[in-house]
Amino acid sequence: MSTAPQWKNPVVRWVDERLPVFTYMDHEYNQFPMPRNLNYFWNFGALASIVLVVLVVTGIMLAMQYTPHVDHAFNSVERIMRDVNYGWLIRYIHMNGASMFFIVVYIHMFRGLYYGSYKAPRELLWMLGVVILLLMMGTAFMGYVLPWGQMSYWGATVITNLFSAIPVVGEWIVTLLWGGFAVDNATLNRFFSLHYLLPFVLIGVVGAHVVALHISKSNNPDGIEMKGPQDSVPFHPYFTAKDSVGMGFFLIFFAFFVFFAPNFFGEPDNYIEANALVTPAHIVPEWYFLPFYAILRSITFDVLFIPAKLMGVLLMFGSILILFILPWLDTARVRSAKYRPIYKYVFWVFFIDCLVLGWVGSQPAEGAALLVGQVGTFYYFIHFLVVMPVLGKIETPLPLPASIAEPVTGGGGGASAGATAAKMEKS
Amino acid sequence: MRKAIFSATAAIFLVLSGPSLAVESIEIPKRDWSFQGIFGTYDRASMQRGLQIYKESCSGCHSLNLIYFRNLTDLGYTEAQVKAFAAEYEVQDGPNDEGEMYNRPAQPQDRFVKPFPNDNAARAGNNGALPPDLSLMVEARIGGPNYVYALLTGYADVPAGTELMEGMNYNKYFPGHQIAMASPLSEDGIDYEDGTKATVAQQAEDIVTFLAWASEPNMEERKKMGIKVLIFLIVLTGILIAVKKRVWADVH
Repeated sequence: MSTAPQWKNPVVRWVDERLPVFTYMDHEYNQFPMPRNLNYFWNFGALASIVLVVLVVTGIMLAMQYTPHVDHAFNSVERIMRDVNYGWLIRYIHMNGASMFFIVVYIHMFRGLYYGSYKAPRELLWMLGVVILLLMMGTAFMGYVLPWGQMSYWGATVITNLFSAIPVVGEWIVTLLWGGFAVDNATLNRFFSLHYLLPFVLIGVVGAHVVALHISKSNNPDGIEMKGPQDSVPFHPYFTAKDSVGMGFFLIFFAFFVFFAPNFFGEPDNYIEANALVTPAHIVPEWYFLPFYAILRSITFDVLFIPAKLMGVLLMFGSILILFILPWLDTARVRSAKYRPIYKYVFWVFFIDCLVLGWVGSQPAEGAALLVGQVGTFYYFIHFLVVMPVLGKIETPLPLPASIAEPVTGGGGGASAGATAAKMEKS
Repeated sequence: MRKAIFSATAAIFLVLSGPSLAVESIEIPKRDWSFQGIFGTYDRASMQRGLQIYKESCSGCHSLNLIYFRNLTDLGYTEAQVKAFAAEYEVQDGPNDEGEMYNRPAQPQDRFVKPFPNDNAARAGNNGALPPDLSLMVEARIGGPNYVYALLTGYADVPAGTELMEGMNYNKYFPGHQIAMASPLSEDGIDYEDGTKATVAQQAEDIVTFLAWASEPNMEERKKMGIKVLIFLIVLTGILIAVKKRVWADVH
């Protein structure tokens, strides 16, 4: 499909013959074929990589000023805010950047769910994405501990204690996480070390995610494969231009929070220094963990021989791990919800379920909120374990367009056209 | 349609994420502040009166550890005024060449002087309660400046049927309504240097403005830069949209 470029510049040619970086860039980011019908939801992968770079750069700068010690951490952060030149800017970008990362990645994931981007041949691409999500969560959690505010300390205490629910080795794992017998200086030190390490692991997995994407190519709103040059446009200039527009809007959104509502996503309690003797009235995690926190707390009863706490922990981790097998739980042969008359609504029900769980996570686990959380948790798993497998069997998809270039053709294509075409693409 | 879904999604995410959903049983009245909004700045005169209140009413019990005397130039004071203000306090320095600690007048590069040497001394002097540091008070409370204002003006007679613990005071806005701090502000409780009438409401507004500044001394710089950044980004995005339209013209 793509042609090998002829490099005119002798230095470029000399390098390229020995290490084909220029050919690689040309192939993957210049000529690379993109479906011509992508909508703006396909911007979010690029946006996620932009935020990741912003987070790494600001994080490295913060680490130059931050002191990971229980006696100094809180004040060193305030020192950054007050006395380091533009320290407040760097820190506000970093802490809001974490929220931006999750907003972007969650939209990216829901886009994948709606258009069936996880289905063959993109299963591994999707699974690498789930690994990225897990790494993000670990990194964000440990990063939130570093300012050593009240929510940092008590959030760390609550979350690390979860592991004690694991039979036999639980207590041992908790001691290992803490580096002692309570959340203390050793905990802060290892969290800082890991918070610096994991983003680079994340970058590695993102690399694999992108390589996998460049093998299978982008999915698209029609969920059918590109069949020829008429279906695609080269990445440059078409998607460099389109991704730039998305980036512009995204940066406006990002900057608004950094400059005009920098503490919007945070908890006021985290501006109180950590105190092991005073428990905050209401311990809540950062917003991006709320749905999972709701699932964790929804189990208030023992399930057979499994104690309630362990069951909650299993379901919380299970709610993410289940995404790994989604490509096989979904039995539908059509990818895009656009051509799945029932899934189209099922998707939105699931989306609302996630939002409801998020709300429940922000409330005390009692009364109506608890009940709603239990129903929401139940449905979350039913969606994956029952609805997705069954729906694919009973739903009659709408006729797929013959190709991306001519989307309005009644009757053409057929349900399996996408899958067969996909196999042919792999070359 | 897609745009609508996108903005709805974003809106729902934002609504869900706000800390406003945290436990909040007492309704805190909202007020207008000089420093709110994207063009908001701290009212200098109010901050200066607030500093006077901190000095005369608060600093006997509450520290302001994160503030240096040099920061007071933000309030509109000259360096000479700041130097004179600092010199009224005494700080420990040393050891000197003989190995002795000694006291000297505070200088602009010193932090505000703490009322108690440590937390235990503070508790001992306050009926067992620890007066919190005020440096981040406005940022560290749900409701921010509105909460601190409500608390300072929220002292009331004990309602019938409520029994206070020994040494506690009734406050409408404090969680649990029992607060160790006695009402710190009183009508004409202070002689303002600028002659402003010292009502309780006026004093509360001034001290909250001062403490809001103490919480975030860089707010004005942040907003000023933010406006420039947003204008730049909006123009840039406009250009990027034009470029994109041009590039895609032959495809659509």
